[in-house]
Amino acid sequence: MTGAELAALIISILSSTVRISTPLALSSVGEVLSERAGIVNLGLEGQILMGAFAAAAASYFSGSAYVGVLAGMLAGALLGLIHVLFSLKFHASQIVLGVANNIFALGFTTVGLVAIWSNRGKSDAVPGLPNINIPFFNNIPIIGPILNNHTLIVYLMLAFTVLSWLVLFRTNIGLRLRSIGENPKAAATVGINIERLQIWAVTIGGAMSGMAGSYLSLSDLNLFSRNMSAGRGFIAMAATILGNWNPFGALGASLIFGFLDAMQIRLQATGFPTQFIQMIPYVLVIILLAGVVRKVHAPAAAGKVYERS
Amino acid sequence: MNSLPVLEITNITKAFPGVLANDHISFAIQQGEVHAILGENGAGKTTLMNIIYGLYQPDEGEIKISGKPVAIHTPADALKLGIGMVHQHFMLIDPLTVAENVVLGNEPTRMVFSLDRAVRITEELSRKFGLNVDPRARIEDIPVGVRQRVEILKALYRDASILILDEPTAVLTPLEVNELYDTIANLKAAGKTIIFITHKLNETMHISDRITILRDGKALQTLQTAETNPQELARLMVGREVVLRVNKTPCQRGRQVICLGDVKVHDNRGLEAVRGVSLQVCAGEIYGVAGIEGNGQTELIEAITGLRKMTGGKIEIDGKDLSNARPAELLEAGLGHVPEDRNTRGVVSQFSVAENLVLGYHKQQRFRNHQFINHSGIDAYSSGVVAAFDIKTTGIHTCIDTLSGGNAQKVVVGRVFSQSPKALVVAQPTRGVDVGATEYIHQQMLKMRDAGVAILLISSDLEEVRSLSDRIGVLYQGQIVAEKLSEEFTERELGLFMAGAAAAVDRKAWEELNNEYC
Amino acid sequence: MSTAEHSPSSWQHNLQLWLKNINWRSLGSGVGAFLLSLLVGSLFLSLNGYNPFIAFREIFTGAFGNKYALAEMLVKTTPLIFTGLSVAVAAQAGLFNIGAEGQLLVGALAAAQLASFDLGLPAVIHVILALLAAAVCGGIWGGIAGFIKQRFGAHEVIVTIMMNYIAFLLTSYLVNYPWKAAGMVPQTNPVVAAAALPNLLRGSQLTIGIFIAIAIVVVVAVLFKSTILGYEMKAVGYNPQAGATGGISIAVMGALSMVLAGAVAGIGGGVEILGVHGRFIQGFSPGFGYDGVAVSVLVNSNPALVPISSVLFGILRAGGAFLERNTKIPGDFTTVIQGLVIFFMAAPRIFEAVLKRRSK
Repeated sequence: MTGAELAALIISILSSTVRISTPLALSSVGEVLSERAGIVNLGLEGQILMGAFAAAAASYFSGSAYVGVLAGMLAGALLGLIHVLFSLKFHASQIVLGVANNIFALGFTTVGLVAIWSNRGKSDAVPGLPNINIPFFNNIPIIGPILNNHTLIVYLMLAFTVLSWLVLFRTNIGLRLRSIGENPKAAATVGINIERLQIWAVTIGGAMSGMAGSYLSLSDLNLFSRNMSAGRGFIAMAATILGNWNPFGALGASLIFGFLDAMQIRLQATGFPTQFIQMIPYVLVIILLAGVVRKVHAPAAAGKVYERS
Repeated sequence: MNSLPVLEITNITKAFPGVLANDHISFAIQQGEVHAILGENGAGKTTLMNIIYGLYQPDEGEIKISGKPVAIHTPADALKLGIGMVHQHFMLIDPLTVAENVVLGNEPTRMVFSLDRAVRITEELSRKFGLNVDPRARIEDIPVGVRQRVEILKALYRDASILILDEPTAVLTPLEVNELYDTIANLKAAGKTIIFITHKLNETMHISDRITILRDGKALQTLQTAETNPQELARLMVGREVVLRVNKTPCQRGRQVICLGDVKVHDNRGLEAVRGVSLQVCAGEIYGVAGIEGNGQTELIEAITGLRKMTGGKIEIDGKDLSNARPAELLEAGLGHVPEDRNTRGVVSQFSVAENLVLGYHKQQRFRNHQFINHSGIDAYSSGVVAAFDIKTTGIHTCIDTLSGGNAQKVVVGRVFSQSPKALVVAQPTRGVDVGATEYIHQQMLKMRDAGVAILLISSDLEEVRSLSDRIGVLYQGQIVAEKLSEEFTERELGLFMAGAAAAVDRKAWEELNNEYC
Repeated sequence: MSTAEHSPSSWQHNLQLWLKNINWRSLGSGVGAFLLSLLVGSLFLSLNGYNPFIAFREIFTGAFGNKYALAEMLVKTTPLIFTGLSVAVAAQAGLFNIGAEGQLLVGALAAAQLASFDLGLPAVIHVILALLAAAVCGGIWGGIAGFIKQRFGAHEVIVTIMMNYIAFLLTSYLVNYPWKAAGMVPQTNPVVAAAALPNLLRGSQLTIGIFIAIAIVVVVAVLFKSTILGYEMKAVGYNPQAGATGGISIAVMGALSMVLAGAVAGIGGGVEILGVHGRFIQGFSPGFGYDGVAVSVLVNSNPALVPISSVLFGILRAGGAFLERNTKIPGDFTTVIQGLVIFFMAAPRIFEAVLKRRSK
C-alpha cells in the first residue's frame, strides 16, 4: 500500500468513526446531564428508536428532513419527560421504567412502521439530510477531510457537547444541577428547586437521544428500519460511565467505541472474529465499575428520588 | 454597646402532642456576645432554635430583632433578618470545592459561574473572620473541623449577623474543638453574635459570655459566665446539689464472661467513635452502659456483635478471644444480641412471627431436616416462646408487622433469651415499647441474670439503666468515664457524667480508668 | 387473649394461609396495570387505523383457537417461565437481574453443543446432561455478575446489561467460528435425536419442555418456602441488616442468588434449543430475558406466580404471531402491550393517585 493509499484509508476510517460516534455521543452526553441531576435513564435505547421513527415519519410526510430532526428531538424529549415525571411523581423504579420504555418503543415503532409503509422490515426512502461542505476544513490536512462533509447533526453534536460542558462546569445552573446529583438534601437547604432542574435535564437528555435517532434515519441511512437503534442506547450508557460523567469524556468514549465499530466493520471482510472487538466497550464498563483500574465517580445520588419531608 | 438586645425572646411557647417543649421562654441576647443555651437533652433547646430559624412556628410569644418585632415563617425569612444556623449534620456537596459550597444557591455572578470570584469571596470572608480554609479544596478531602468552618462561612456569606451553632462540638476531635473556640473568638471580634446550643458544661464555661439554662422547657436563669462555676450550672441544669467523683469498681460476682480490652472502633466517616473502652461483665450480673446517644454506643455494639471491625483492642467471650469474629461465630459461642433498632436490625417485617423467632438460630438441628426447614420443629418451639413471653399475636404464622411495637420487641427478646445464652448484649430493649411489655422485658432480663447470664445493657433511658444494672459505666465520647456499683451513683451524678462533666473534674483519674485489659 | 396456636396440617388451613399471604394489593396492581395497558393499547391501535376489537379477537384465537394454537401458546410461554423465574429468584434476595438474556444464551449454547454429539447415552441421561451443562454455564454467567457486585459494589443492573451483550457476542463468535455447522447459517450442529425433547403434540412444537419448566418452578418455590438456603436468601433480600445480625452473610447470599438465577435462565435456554430449535441459531431469542423482567415484575417477584404472568405474555406472543399472519396488524402490537404493562406496574402510585382523585 502506498503512503497516499494508507492516508486515504486512515482518513476513511476516522471519518467513519466520526459518523458512527455521533448518535452515541449525542445520547451519551444527554445521559450525562440526566445522571448528573440524579436521574438514571435506562430507556435510551427506546428514545433513540422513537426518535429515528418520528424523524423518518415527519420527514416523509412533510418532505423536509429538518422537520424530521425536530420531530425526532420532540419524541425523545417526550419520552424523557414521561420518565422523569413518573419517577418523581409516582416514585416509579427508574430501572423498570427504562426497561418498559425500550420494550414499548420497539413495539410502537414497528406497528407504526407497518401502519405507514406497510412493510415490517423497513420504510420507504425518506428525505434525508445533505452533507455540508465547510470550505474552512478544506485547507487543513488530515483533520480537515475527517471533519468535513458530514451532515448537520454531526456538527450539532459537537456543539452540544461543548455547550453541555460549559453549562455543567461554568454556569450557576450547572453547579446547582451537579449538587442535586450529589446531595439533594444539601441542595434543597440552599433553596434550589430540585424537581424543576431534574425535569429540564432529563427532557433535554431525551431530546438529544431523539436527535441521535434522527441521525440514524435521516443521515446514516435515509429510511427507518425495524429496531434500528440496535443496542446503541446501551453503548451510549457505557460511554457515559466510561467518560466519568463528563461531556467531553462521554464524547471521547463515544469516539473510541465508534472507532472500534468502524474497525470491526472493515475487518469483517477479512474473516477475523470481530466479536471480540465489539465486546471491548462492555468489558471496559464492567472493569471501570469494579473500580479496579481507575476510579470513576458516579453522582452519589443518581437513581434515588429525593423525598421532600 | 447597643442597649437594645439584638435578639429578644418573650414568652415563646411550643407544644407538641404530649409534651410542652417550650414553656413561656424569655431571655435576651446582647449584640456581639457569645451566648450559651445550656440544657440536658430534651430540655427544649433544639425546638427553640428551630423556632428562631423559622422551621417551627411558636404557639405563643414574640421575637424581636434589635427591638423590632419580627415574624419568621421560613429559614429564608431568618436569613433575611441576619440569622444563620449551622446544623449538627452538615449540608455540603462532597466533590465540590469549599468556595463552590459557600456560594451555592446564591452565586455571585449571573448565569456564568466564576470559580475565581467565589474563591476570592471565600478568601475575603476567611480572612475577615479568621476562619482558615482552602477555598479550592474539595469537601471530601478536608477534615470535619474544617467542614464546619465551611458551614459557618455559608452563613456569613449570606450576611448572617447572628449565628446559631447547634451542638457544634458533637462531631469534633478535642483538637478541632480548640480550633472552634478560636473561630468563635474571631467571629466575636468581628462583631457577630453567637448563640451556642450545648449540653456540655466545660465548653460552656470556656467559651461563653452569658449562659441561659433551659430545664424541662423553661428558661430558668441567665447568668454571666464569669460569675458562675460548673457546680452551680450543674445544680441549675438538674435541680439539686451534686458531688462529682470519678471511680471504678471491678467485677464482683461470678467469673468474667464478657471482657472488652481497650476496644477502638471507627464510625462510617472514618472517625474514632469508640476511643478505647475496657470493661468486664461477670456471670450473673447486669452491667449497664449509660450515655446519651451518639457517644459511640452503636459502634461499640456493632464491634462486640461482629457487625463492624474494630481498629484496635480485644474482645473475649467466656475466655475465648473473639475479636473481630463474624456474627455467626459469636452467636454460636453463646452471645445473644438484642439490637438497638428493632426495625432496621431486629426483625424482618415480611417474615412471620415464627420465622423471626428463629432468625440467627435457624441452622440448629431441631429446626432442620438436612437442608430443609423442619416446620414442625420451628412451630413447636415458636409456640413455646410465644407462650413463655406472653406475646400477643393471632398466630405464629402471622406476619410480624401486624404486631404492636411491644410485642415485636418481645419476639426479639424471646428469640434471644430462649437460646440459653452465656452472655447478652441488650441495646435499647424497651424503646418504642408500651409500659406492660417494658415491665415484662425487664423481668425477663432479671431472670436471665439470676440464672447466671452476663448481660451488657446499653440504653439511653437512665431509669432503665439504674433499675436493672448491678454496675453502671458511663459512656461519653467513646470512653467509659465513670464506673460504680449502681447504688453508688445518684441520678444527677449520672446525668452530669453523661453530659461530659467528668472531663472537667479529674482528667487523670479519667485516663487511668481505661488501663485495664482482659 | 390468644397466644400460640398449633397449626393443623389440614389442607384447608394451608390454603387459607397461602391465600392470606398473597399480596392482594400488588396482585390488584398487576391486574390493573394489565387492563390499563389493554386500554391504552387499543387507543393506540385505533389511532393507527386498526380495529382493536379485531386485534384482540385474533390474539385470543391465536392462543386458544384450537389445540394447535394452545400448543403454540404454551411453546411461547415456556422460555418466559424460565427467565421470569430467573429474575424473581434474584429479586427474592434483593437483586435486580436484567441479565437473564445473556444467561439464557450461554446456557442454550452449552446445551446445544453437548447435545450435538452422539454419546451413545440413553435419551434421558443425555437430556439431563445437556441441561446440566446449560445450568452450570448460565450459573457461572450469573455468578460473575453476582461476584462483581458483592466484591466491588458495582451495580448489578449495569453489569448484567453489559454481560448480556458480552454473552451475545461470545456465543455469536462461537457459533460463527469454532462451533459452526457446515453451511452459511451461523448455527451449531443439530442436536442428536436422543437428546431432543419428546414432542407432545404432533404438528406443533410443544414438547415436555413445558413440564420441565413447571418442575423448575416447583423446585424454586420449594427452595424458598422450605429450605434453609431459601430462608436465608429471603432474609437478606428483605432486610440485609437484620440478616447480618442473624449471622447470615449478605455477600454469599447475594452471589449465590445470582448463580441460581443464572442457572435457571440457562436451563431455559437449553430447553428452548432441545425442544424448539434443535440447534443453537444466532439470534434465536427475541428478547426472552427482557420479557422475563416483565413477567417477574407483574407478579411482584413471587416465584410461584411466575407461570401465570408467563402465560399472559405467552398468549400475547402467540396471539401476536397469529394476528400478524391473518390481519394487516403487525404482531409487534403485543410488544406495545407488554411495554405498557411494565410501565404501569412500575408506577404503583398511579393507582393511588387516580383513586385519590376519585374519592375527592
